[in-house]
Amino acid sequence: MRLAIALLLAAVGSAARAADGDIQSFTLPNGLQGVVIEDHRAPVVTQMVWYRVGSADETPGESGLAHFLEHLMFKATDELADGEFSKIVAANGGDDNAFTSTDYTAYFQRIAADRLDLVMGMEADRMTDLDPGAEAVLSERDVVMEERRQVVENDPGGLFAEERRAALYYNHPYGRPVIGWMHEMEQFDEEKAMAFYRAHYAPNNAILVVAGDVEAAEVERLAREHFGPIPASDAIGPRIRPQEPPHRAARRLEFRDPRVRQPYVTRSWLAPQRRPGDQREAAALYVLAELLGGPGITSVMAQELQLAEGVAIDAGASYADAGVDPQSFNVYVVPKPDVSLAEAEERLDALLARFVAEGPDPQQLERIKTRIRADRIYDRDNLQYRAREVGSELATGLTLEDVEAWPDLLQAVTPEEVRAAAQAVFRPENAVTSLMMAPETVEVVGQ
Amino acid sequence: MTRILHALAATLLLALAFALPARAAIDIVPVTSPGGITAWLYEDSTIPMVSLEASFRGGAALDPEGQAGVVNLMTALLEEGSGDLDATAFAQARDDLAADFSFDASRDEVSVSARMLSENLDASVDLLRAALVEPRFDADAVTRVRGQVVSNLRSDETDPDAIASRAFYAQAFPGHPYALPPDGTLATVADLDAEAVRAAHRAALAKDRLMIAVVGDIDAERLGPMLDRLFGDLPETGAPLPAVAEPATAGTLSVIDLDIPQSVVVFGHAGIPRDDPDFIPAFVMDQILGGGGFGSRLTEEVREKRGLTYGIYTYLAPGDFGALYMGRFSSANGRVAEALGILREEWARMAEEGVTEAELEDAKRYLTGAYPLRFDGNERIADQLLGLQTAGLDIDYVNERNDLVEAVTREDIARVARRILDPDRLTFVVVGRPEGVQATN
Repeated sequence: MRLAIALLLAAVGSAARAADGDIQSFTLPNGLQGVVIEDHRAPVVTQMVWYRVGSADETPGESGLAHFLEHLMFKATDELADGEFSKIVAANGGDDNAFTSTDYTAYFQRIAADRLDLVMGMEADRMTDLDPGAEAVLSERDVVMEERRQVVENDPGGLFAEERRAALYYNHPYGRPVIGWMHEMEQFDEEKAMAFYRAHYAPNNAILVVAGDVEAAEVERLAREHFGPIPASDAIGPRIRPQEPPHRAARRLEFRDPRVRQPYVTRSWLAPQRRPGDQREAAALYVLAELLGGPGITSVMAQELQLAEGVAIDAGASYADAGVDPQSFNVYVVPKPDVSLAEAEERLDALLARFVAEGPDPQQLERIKTRIRADRIYDRDNLQYRAREVGSELATGLTLEDVEAWPDLLQAVTPEEVRAAAQAVFRPENAVTSLMMAPETVEVVGQ
Repeated sequence: MTRILHALAATLLLALAFALPARAAIDIVPVTSPGGITAWLYEDSTIPMVSLEASFRGGAALDPEGQAGVVNLMTALLEEGSGDLDATAFAQARDDLAADFSFDASRDEVSVSARMLSENLDASVDLLRAALVEPRFDADAVTRVRGQVVSNLRSDETDPDAIASRAFYAQAFPGHPYALPPDGTLATVADLDAEAVRAAHRAALAKDRLMIAVVGDIDAERLGPMLDRLFGDLPETGAPLPAVAEPATAGTLSVIDLDIPQSVVVFGHAGIPRDDPDFIPAFVMDQILGGGGFGSRLTEEVREKRGLTYGIYTYLAPGDFGALYMGRFSSANGRVAEALGILREEWARMAEEGVTEAELEDAKRYLTGAYPLRFDGNERIADQLLGLQTAGLDIDYVNERNDLVEAVTREDIARVARRILDPDRLTFVVVGRPEGVQATN
């Protein structure tokens, strides 16, 4: 696959000594970014290779191609036969897998720390030398179509989520499902997949994250040896996607499916994401989601909608903070059997209006911050989680400085910032309100 | 690679080093409290936190006749108020301590999982104790949480996996508690009240069925009294455990109609109990047949070669009160018949031919190499230490386990394959609109 000229190339920068759990980094001359989190508690390592490409980088008409390519990456290369990658990992007692989102595609192995050299060599091999063959491509196309049936079409909740996304983003490719629309998946072939591969898979579009019982300097040496010889690609440019125009109309969806037994209502607003050097508003939104509808019954939504004179069986909020382009803030309310969706929505509206007017309870805000501080400690116990966090942050355009600043920014959020963030995001014309119903559901109380 | 260390603290009965490849070793120590409660401890103060996992054997299998789901409902209510605290006050107290508690009921156990900051350990333990020992089961909380359970049960009515699993267990365990889902049915849950929940609490949470693992920033000296504080006030004995049942799988194929594009198939027959001498050979066989993900025969034949499914897998389910060998896959309605045919062929082929030497070596290399991956992180270690106890294994099992896997021969696998795999008893529940599939019951 490559000539062994690795040692001739020097890396830019070098990793300094660091304590367990610290993030260390390096960058190779070909643009590959490396991140190391040392943790010497167990002789295990997690390696992740992140590519800064996801479904939002696909050409219109080829939805699902980024995810399809993820599957093909386990097929043949110039050195490995179809399926051999995972077989070698397994033969060394390791686990491997991969995942794709709107903004990135990531591959990972968990394995004994002394096998890092082996798995890094294999990741470097499939970065540019994939050669799946037409037959394997067609067979795998059947697999991803079955995946779509399993995770989306067999579940009305999966179909509902797709429709909500498509309505929220009517110009940005975030409106397309990561798995792809079936009629476009049917058209996948080797040529399309390999064109996408050649356009996006290169060291200057990748981040290597290694966490576990390793020394940062040794990881850097191995990275130089395995990835160093791969030339940077000049096809990699800035990630410019069609953006949403100003939204001027509040949108409503009614999704009806005979399989629905529990109706519910959701609302999604476009919301700013964490931007490099500019994460304050995102920090306020993160805290807002926890305050309004975080897990448990202490959230504002649970207290007002579920307890006492509540109308809801369940209610909550979520906010995706990291992404290349604007993300969404989401709430849902599952009404009690004798409560209509309309009544549930009215109560939600009243709650949101009151929250925007009054802002958060300072005591509850302190609880949320305590929780966030504690999570920094708990997260140290789960290296895969940490590797995944850092990888997703870097793959969506944040810098290591942004990553390191984030916990302090969360602690610094003021009640007024939370209130202002809510006011800025909770505008009717910025929202899609979606009702999940059975065909026979009628909007009257009682059933 | 294995060595035995000597205990340091007075309360320790035995300390044991679990040697991982390379250099690390972990010391698992049984700690018995002054009150006689035993936990397995692994001490590591790298991170200022303590993880605790506990299991009360019995679980939903203790549901009285006509009250299916009561242990599950009781378990969900443990965090909904205790002692002087109502549900909200309890949740706020827990948030102030930044402690995480979770309580879960399955067919075989009620499990407790907690992670607590070192700086708040004593207060967190007090709060967890209140949840376990003095739950209030206030009427409004019972009504609210029961409403959530009912909502989930309603959604299960059109969930193909829930439908298939329920139908399979109902067929396999007629007249046994395993026949009913752990979260109950719409009919049984509707009638559950605070009184039924209190009775379930007395029946399920008792010291005669308790197993505990603790990992993290705590030593044996401090753990002993903590165990008494947490669990000492629970009753000595709980409700009698149900009898062990032999699954009644007759080799039928049922089709349950649901208008979905992909048929979901749950399949299985009798398995092998965890304490059976052939369990490890059966475990290795399963790895090769369908348990091992990529590289397993079923994944290779059904997914990789033919693209008939996104995933097919099998697993040994050695329940405490009945053992199954189970599996699951889903395929488009028009392709599921072909996948079923291959599955039947592979079942018969394994029963008749066993495995090749190369397959056995591959499986051993994976299973022995991957075992240490289960021990990286406090919570993972705590899960393992509890799992060993619930499986009835000795504290030194971690040192023997890979040797047991290495010792498995092709002849062992041929023997267990003949013994366990029975194509004539292999029973299927298919949910969907499968084409070319004939129901036989």
